[in-house]
Amino acid sequence: MLPGGGGPMKDCEYSQIITRSSSTMESAHTSNTPRRKWEVFPGRNKFFCNGRIIMARQTGVFYFTLVLIVVTSGLFFAFDCPYLAVHITPAVPVIGGILFFFVMGTLLRTSFSDPGVLPRATAHEAADLESQIDVANGSSSVGYRPPPRTKEVTINGQSVKLKYCFTCKIFRPPRASHCSLCDNCVERFDHHCPWVGNCVGKRNYRFFYMFILSLSFLTIFIFAFVIAHVIHRSHQTGFLNALKDSPASVLEAVVCFFSVWSIVGLSGFHTYLISSNQTTNEDIKGSWSTKRGKENYNPYSHGNIVSNCCVALCGPIPPSLIDRRGFIQPDAPQSVAPSNGITMYGATQSHSNMAAATPLLQTDPHLASDEPPLPGKISLSAPCAPLPLGQPTPPSSTPNLSCDTTLSDMLPTREEQGGPHFLTPEEAPSPLGMLSSGSSLTHSHTMHVFNLASQDSLHEDSVRGLVKLSSV
Amino acid sequence: MRPRSGLLIQDTIQSGSRRTFNMAETHSLQDMRQQAAIASKVFVQRDYSTGTTCQFQMKFLPELENRIDKQQFEETVRTLNNLYAEAEKIGGKSYLEGCLACLTAYTIFLCMETHYEKVLKKIAKYIQEQNDKIYAPRGMLITDPIERGLRVIEITIYEDRIGGNGR
Repeated sequence: MLPGGGGPMKDCEYSQIITRSSSTMESAHTSNTPRRKWEVFPGRNKFFCNGRIIMARQTGVFYFTLVLIVVTSGLFFAFDCPYLAVHITPAVPVIGGILFFFVMGTLLRTSFSDPGVLPRATAHEAADLESQIDVANGSSSVGYRPPPRTKEVTINGQSVKLKYCFTCKIFRPPRASHCSLCDNCVERFDHHCPWVGNCVGKRNYRFFYMFILSLSFLTIFIFAFVIAHVIHRSHQTGFLNALKDSPASVLEAVVCFFSVWSIVGLSGFHTYLISSNQTTNEDIKGSWSTKRGKENYNPYSHGNIVSNCCVALCGPIPPSLIDRRGFIQPDAPQSVAPSNGITMYGATQSHSNMAAATPLLQTDPHLASDEPPLPGKISLSAPCAPLPLGQPTPPSSTPNLSCDTTLSDMLPTREEQGGPHFLTPEEAPSPLGMLSSGSSLTHSHTMHVFNLASQDSLHEDSVRGLVKLSSV
Repeated sequence: MRPRSGLLIQDTIQSGSRRTFNMAETHSLQDMRQQAAIASKVFVQRDYSTGTTCQFQMKFLPELENRIDKQQFEETVRTLNNLYAEAEKIGGKSYLEGCLACLTAYTIFLCMETHYEKVLKKIAKYIQEQNDKIYAPRGMLITDPIERGLRVIEITIYEDRIGGNGR
């Protein structure tokens, strides 16, 4: 609705807006202890030290990495270094120590920092985008399946497709990708590394690279000097006695021998990626490979290897966009819950009611974690929804049937696995799948066939939200 | 009226404009004496034609036609774009900062803030100043893009009192 009645600019008095924020709205639930934003973060992350540290949910492998590095290095310093310092040079433990601290520093920095998570769209933004997309698609008749949401952009002469993220409700910037393990869109997404217990993205890629580089040096260093130690000792006491005298060396040698291939290989791979300014994601998909077309080139490359390396390693680090330690403003817009049925193309009236109910119901329990929905949010959305709240149950009709058939559809398309340096980022789920899954709110039990935790917790939360709202 | 996807609120308000929608936020309804009710929000999207650097589109949105000059608006967006380009500039100074940070194991950032953060402060000040001088007198407010994850410049349009209640 255009303000001003659609004429030339009237010289009517616009109310002076108070530019300093005056949040007089006191929510009874948050007035006593202002909560920090990390406590209501919608992604699947763990936070420590009051929001200073952010990690992925599964950190078991990270602890294993830590233990492996610390124990191996500890054994080296305890058993091999005394001998080496005396018989070869005292520089050995010094250099080893420096390398060790560098490895630990970069590892912790990679694991604990925000990889470049994109915050989810607020409700207003999402609705604005929705209306734009609807206009772009034109009017659609019942049963017409629109194409997946993409936007074409030309970057430095190369055509790039921006995909719409159904979870975060945004068009992903170029090079961003959605990590299904952390349930976040990450800028310049490289991969999700379980060894460091975090995604590797724009903000922590250089730390990751320095970690694997220094770890390769450390591994080779320890391996070489352990061998040197054993050989030196065996000159004096014989090989078997040497092994008996320092059994730790055997363990270290074994660990280093098996690690060195993968770590050094990985360093080499990432050196190649940095020099060509690609992400692991793009390399695996072959986005800029000439096999796709003669005219295909990487639009982000700066032309030569040196520039690419400098930019990747010494360029500016952008600040974190998610403001973990900020306090939640009572009148701040809430981000929208990930939708599984928010888009209904040419749906019938009952379906549209259902789908319309879905985002509102889901706005309350928008946390994908196990936190209960904040009561404050319900009061925010309930008055906005003039829909009969006594109608939370979906119509038990055809959608159920189509839901089952599209379950198998959803399963491969929603997978976006980020294994250690191996991943297959996928397209957004097809809208038909979305259509059916939206009307299956209370059929969350059927969704449990997925072993995707995001689906489960999402629907559990939405069911919980249903129950909460119906009791309001 | 064709059933709309997305929020049901759009169903209850007359269709017409493409981009704007009325959403009387509940808390401001209670607060209308002190604060004008929000009539609509418009979003200036990112412009990716130069790559992943933070730039915003200069397209003049139709909802702002009656409220502000095109030149004024473009000037605001252009200045913001220049400021963001300055923040992300890759040159001798940023390399120096990066190398120094690496050598000190990034502990230097406990004492001083990065160049990017300094420019973000400049941007916040600029937006505040623009709001005070230009946008608030016209019944609008610009939200700092950093609060929206550098995705959009959100311009909140407040209803004019003379026009009465929301549309």
